[in-house]
Amino acid sequence: MARRLAPEVNAGSMADIAFLLLIFFLVSTTIQTDYGISRKLPPPPEESTTGSVMVKEKNLFRVELNQLNELFVEKKRLELKDLRAAAIAFLDNGGGELDQYCSYCKGAHDPKSSDNPNKAIISLINSRETNYEAYIAVQNELVAAYTELRNREATRLYGMTFTLMKDHLKDPNYSGDKDRLKQQIEEVRSMYPEKLSEAEPVTAEL
Amino acid sequence: MSIFKKKEKEGIPAISTASLPDIVFMLLFFFMVATVMRKDTLIVKNELPFADQIEKLDRKNMVIHIYAGKPSSRYKNVGSEAKIQLNDKFANIKDIQPFVLEEIKSKPKELQPYLTTALKVDKDTKMGLVGDIKKELRNVRMLKINYTTRSGEATNNLK
Repeated sequence: MARRLAPEVNAGSMADIAFLLLIFFLVSTTIQTDYGISRKLPPPPEESTTGSVMVKEKNLFRVELNQLNELFVEKKRLELKDLRAAAIAFLDNGGGELDQYCSYCKGAHDPKSSDNPNKAIISLINSRETNYEAYIAVQNELVAAYTELRNREATRLYGMTFTLMKDHLKDPNYSGDKDRLKQQIEEVRSMYPEKLSEAEPVTAEL
Repeated sequence: MSIFKKKEKEGIPAISTASLPDIVFMLLFFFMVATVMRKDTLIVKNELPFADQIEKLDRKNMVIHIYAGKPSSRYKNVGSEAKIQLNDKFANIKDIQPFVLEEIKSKPKELQPYLTTALKVDKDTKMGLVGDIKKELRNVRMLKINYTTRSGEATNNLK
């Protein structure tokens, strides 16, 4: 009896099967990473009521969004595209004297506007009827104002932008000294601390 | 002479496709590993607003998702008022606290201080609802939040 050799299996269609699976996974894959504006909420009210803090009117930058998504800055109508510049002008004003003096501010030093970036508070008030997208747009512009100022100071002091420093801190392959970088970031942060207060939304008066 | 004759006969040899399955399998495994099947099926409209001051939200296991928006077209029966979605269900404001606490408890202890809540809110939602969500989050001391957005100019929002 001659032993029959098992015929070789044709593997030509293997590629087809693999392609089929590949295409299925290609279609169903969502390699999406979420991006967004990170914010920190204030702690619950009962803890934060440590006596009312007096804030000088000139250190307060009032941003209001009404129920028609109209933006008001210091009670005056403002276009969204001008908000960033207005916020920067306010934060970077440095109108203070003596112990309030801000040596790194490049603003107008107007005594009627904020004393020092450490004192400057942006207050954001929105109506319950405001659209979320308008709110996000305003948040974005305000965060952008802080980032722009921090970038400027970081570049002046350490030769790289604040955004780049933060990216380096997250990057596991970064070769430099991370502890020092962290300290530098904190330093730039403290030059322009984010003081963004959000009041309880007001109900639209009908 | 015979050497020359042999050479003339030789055509271009057929390219072996035997390694094609290997290549395809390699790609297949890559995509199988990289695929993240969507955990939550969206039952609310979820068109995110634009922003450009954004940070990457990596470490998927450290994020708690809260969706909000108008019910999507398949769920018109629950009305057209904007709603909150937790996991796969519609939820009320008062469901947020237990949900968040549950989520926090389900994560490893050492990661708990680093948890972030991603608010995936539709752009047409009213701020009242978002404000209520934020208030609930404050009450459970879940203070790190992230307004998930699409990247783009913020001025696109007010058009």
